[in-house]
Amino acid sequence: MSALKEAVTIYVPRDSTAISLGADEVAAAITAEAARIGLDIKLIRNSSRGMFWLEPLVEVATDAGRIGYGPVQPEDVASLFAAGLTHGARHPLSLDLVEEIPYIKNQERLTFARAGITDPVSLADYRAHDGYNGLTNALAMEPAAIIAAVTDSGLRGRGGAAFPAGIKWKTVAGAEGAQKYIVCNGDEGDSGTFADRMVCEGDPFVLIEGMTIAGVAVGATRGYIYLRCEYPYGERALNEAIKAAYAANWLGANIQGSGKHFDLEVRMGAGAYICGEETSLLESLEGKRGMVRFKPPLPAIKGLFGCPTVINNVITLASVPIILDKGAEHYKNFGVGRSRGTLPVQLAGNIKHGGLVEKAFGVSLRDLLYTFGGGALSGRPIRTVQVGGPLGAYIPDSQFDLPLDYEAYAKVNNMVGHGGITVFDDTVDMAEQARFSMEFCATESCGKCTPCRIGSTRGMEVIDRLVAGDQPVKQEALLRDLCDTMLAGSLCALGGMAPFPVLSALNHFPEDFQKSSQQQTPRVRVAS
Amino acid sequence: MAPNLSSSTFERRSPPIKLAELSSLSAADSAAINAVLARLKNLPGALLPILHGVQDALGYVPKDAVPVIAKSLNLSRAEVHGVISFYHWYRTEKPGEHVLHLCRAEACQAVGGRALEAHVKTTLGIDFHETTADGRYTLEPAYCLGNCAVGPSLMIDGALKGRVTADRFDRLTGVTA
Ligand SMILES: Cc1cc2nc3c(=O)[nH]c(=O)nc-3n(C[C@H](O)[C@H](O)[C@H](O)COP(=O)(O)O)c2cc1C
Ligand code: SF4
Ligand code: FES
Repeated sequence: MSALKEAVTIYVPRDSTAISLGADEVAAAITAEAARIGLDIKLIRNSSRGMFWLEPLVEVATDAGRIGYGPVQPEDVASLFAAGLTHGARHPLSLDLVEEIPYIKNQERLTFARAGITDPVSLADYRAHDGYNGLTNALAMEPAAIIAAVTDSGLRGRGGAAFPAGIKWKTVAGAEGAQKYIVCNGDEGDSGTFADRMVCEGDPFVLIEGMTIAGVAVGATRGYIYLRCEYPYGERALNEAIKAAYAANWLGANIQGSGKHFDLEVRMGAGAYICGEETSLLESLEGKRGMVRFKPPLPAIKGLFGCPTVINNVITLASVPIILDKGAEHYKNFGVGRSRGTLPVQLAGNIKHGGLVEKAFGVSLRDLLYTFGGGALSGRPIRTVQVGGPLGAYIPDSQFDLPLDYEAYAKVNNMVGHGGITVFDDTVDMAEQARFSMEFCATESCGKCTPCRIGSTRGMEVIDRLVAGDQPVKQEALLRDLCDTMLAGSLCALGGMAPFPVLSALNHFPEDFQKSSQQQTPRVRVAS
Repeated sequence: MAPNLSSSTFERRSPPIKLAELSSLSAADSAAINAVLARLKNLPGALLPILHGVQDALGYVPKDAVPVIAKSLNLSRAEVHGVISFYHWYRTEKPGEHVLHLCRAEACQAVGGRALEAHVKTTLGIDFHETTADGRYTLEPAYCLGNCAVGPSLMIDGALKGRVTADRFDRLTGVTA
């Protein structure tokens, strides 16, 4: 190698979960310590690998590969340097080669191929790791062929409804309209999910590229990313990346000399869960209250400002570049049944190894919870998991062997949704969880349908009486009745699915609703 | 200037009961609102970006900003008010020095979020949507901050904090009950 001594490269994530655990302070401590000992270092703020229990995870580039240390706190920094961090020497926080950690090694990372590896806002880094290969291919293709590739890949919407992306795009391509739009749904309101956030903060170019491909495919020249306002870190990263993409002519007019035009802008939500529902989101983008629209017309025909609109989730759009780069077959070869490709699963809540696990469809919950997740963080038994966010069912251990597959889940009234898995240990009070589902529905209802708006408040009251032992048989019947009314009489899935967590809690854990007849358990109850 | 224009329209439409409120917008606040309007009012669907702009600049959307924004976008005051009240994020009261967003959602509940919520409320002596008597903290609920693998989570003036125990909360805020 060259005789010139190069500065050693050290990575500290800028992902907001890493920052929430002290990554900024660690980065500052590393800079300060290097200066103190007169060492020349290159500090890169990479994205997170998604192994959040190891954050802040510091990596150093060595000839053998990237060596990790974690979780690092600022007070560890001096000892890390003293031990020889700069050449990957051992230390109590050593993790050795990061890519050999089983949690990462046993994943199939397609959409998250660059997660934790690159500097998220460096276009050069993105290009050096296959970035913009997909769009480059797409620009040389007929729009219909791009859509065919997306259809053939089997990619279905990752926002929850699992609608085939290619079919949606085809509808928009065929719709009449001088102006068409690509809208990215970055509202990610589901508790237990953070995959969209990780893309926005950790690989924003892949989303920009996916949206640009969608624009070229359907003839849309304008795109909006609707991002929830709880994600200020994502907003900053996206805007930095968009600026860089414009500067390098990957956005704007005549992209890379192709004659194609695509403009992109980030718009922030304002703390309304319902704005994740696509028509509510469009209302919100138009500057209105997020009231759910009746369908038809579909957004694909009459969407944003009445124009044909593709609206897709962040992960759906971020999965498009690799499909156009490696081919539909490559993507389709992962997965089972009609669930093709990979799903970035998010392990959340009471779990030892929380984080992002991108796996081909078909993996079981048990594998995810124990092989990847390492069991409950508390060390107690896992009692239940809620899959698919606040409208998803509470799943008992007896269903942990179910393969992750849209159809298999739907068959038993469970939902894959956006792939969030929230873990609870055996101290959970399922009546409290059921009550919260109703409360959440009441708080977040757009107010259009009575069963959702009023029924949810009644639901809380009925659960309170049921738990208090006030005519429990009657209350349970009432609660089931109310759930039926909500299921049948709601315009969208907020009111229409909020009964799923409630009913699953009631069906799988009936003992938690009969507390007053048993000894009172010493659980902390919080009045709000 | 725009505020004067709008106050005259306002007076014409309704009796002078609200006159006192109208004058409550300081010259600096008016200038900030007008700067946001000048920058954003021509965007398609400009209302949410404008409300964010005003709240980012002033910490809240003053009631008296409503007629100014409405006029500039050619909307009715009721429409602007309706949008502000629909979204949990916007507030119409001046917040404390620091705004806390405490996550109440399931993944945080699974690791002690409910107990933390109780601790935060007792320590600060306030409920959600309230401001401490000394004006230091405003407490707001959040339904997920995307930090669900390392909860309970909290945001302080937009800075995310994970694994927030009662102790860590006390250290972060320097407040004890
Ligand atoms: C109450 C409710 C909330 C939703 N929240 C989200 C969300 O936060 N993010 C998302 O991508 N889709 C969400 N959806 C699904 C969207 O309506 C829509 O199906 C999705 O944006 C389509 O994109 P996809 O096909 O790529 O999944 C929600 C739906 C409902 C009914
Ligand atoms: S079900 Fe609830 S959120 Fe959905 S449209 Fe009806 S009232 Fe609105
Ligand atoms: S549930 Fe609290 S951050 Fe997601």
